[in-house]
Amino acid sequence: MSFWDYFRSRKESSASIAKERLQIIVAHERNTRQQPDYLPALQKELIEVISKYVPIDPNDVQVQLDKNDDCSVLELNITLPES
Amino acid sequence: MSTIITVTSGKGGVGKTTTSASIASGLAKAGHKTVVIDFDVGLRNLDLIMNCERRVVYDFVNVINNEATLNQALIKDKHCPDLYILPASQTRDKDALTKEGVERVLNELGERFEYIVCDSPAGIEHGALMALYYADEAIVVTNPEVSSVRDSDRILGILQSKSRRAELGLDPVKEHLLLTRYNPERVEKGEMLAVNDVLDILAIPLLGVIPESKAVLTASNQGVPVIHDVESDAGQAYEDAVARLLGEDRPLRFTEVEKKGFLKRVFGGRA
Ligand SMILES: Nc1ncnc2c1ncn2[C@@H]1O[C@H](COP(=O)(O)OP(=O)(O)O)[C@@H](O)[C@H]1O
Ligand SMILES: [Mg+2]
Repeated sequence: MSFWDYFRSRKESSASIAKERLQIIVAHERNTRQQPDYLPALQKELIEVISKYVPIDPNDVQVQLDKNDDCSVLELNITLPES
Repeated sequence: MSTIITVTSGKGGVGKTTTSASIASGLAKAGHKTVVIDFDVGLRNLDLIMNCERRVVYDFVNVINNEATLNQALIKDKHCPDLYILPASQTRDKDALTKEGVERVLNELGERFEYIVCDSPAGIEHGALMALYYADEAIVVTNPEVSSVRDSDRILGILQSKSRRAELGLDPVKEHLLLTRYNPERVEKGEMLAVNDVLDILAIPLLGVIPESKAVLTASNQGVPVIHDVESDAGQAYEDAVARLLGEDRPLRFTEVEKKGFLKRVFGGRA
């Protein structure tokens, strides 16, 4: 490391920012890749059904399938507005 | 039994064709009967890199459509007696590569060659999917740069779900990371992802690191795959990668900054 690099390295290097961003996006994309094809449609219909009863933001309905060794767990996470 | 090796990346311009030409030449130099196929239908380029563009009469799509035999379409390499090239078609019909047609040609080539190297087009469309579908091994060419690394991860996902091996539940496609256009000076300054950063993210075995090198342009200007430039850093790095592909254990080279003289060290090259 040179004299100048010593001072510069106190700031986070652009390479380490790149690495952090990649780790996050790649983990996210791997997760969605492993999801079955029907999940987006399921999520959409759930939003429609719930909206009949409670006004919700589509982003407040999270659907995720977690596969374990012997079973799969469908996880629904629905945030209802405060009333 | 022949081995089908697909050179792929998702992103364009990262060095797939450069790599296909050098890896195929390296395998042939090591005495293995090898054929390299250009899957980039519409944008043929491998012929230029291998200096056989004026000898192309028939191409891959002609063979698939039974308009020519393999013998008529295969071009013998000028440098290696054990190497042949099957050029891409210039047709604009991207669907000219059918699954059945590609399979038939690969089977026929498999009877004559030990290694079949497939140079994939960029993207994740039909041509790229055809190039990787029948792969036994994949060389994922990646540059130390965010979009290239992300695209490589997507291609790995496709290899693991949409290849023939994945669909039939066979042993998975053997994955190799080839990091190209690597610049150790910029890595040292924190301006470029390091080998280990990319390995941490993609988590597949490393086949080699090819430095950013002037020799690559010189080689493509002349139509001589850079692996034949045995004095050059990139040529030697490809040579190492081929040896590793064939099972040899070789240490990495050209990944550290060359030691500088005293003055440059003190002033960090800015003097
Ligand atoms: N190691 C390298 N050093 C310098 N330039 C390179 C290197 N590898 C590839 N290139 C250059 O990058 C460009 C794209 O390479 P190419 O092999 O055609 O990529 P792709 O087939 O992935 O589109 C070419 O101009 C090539 O000369
Ligand atoms: Mg190419």
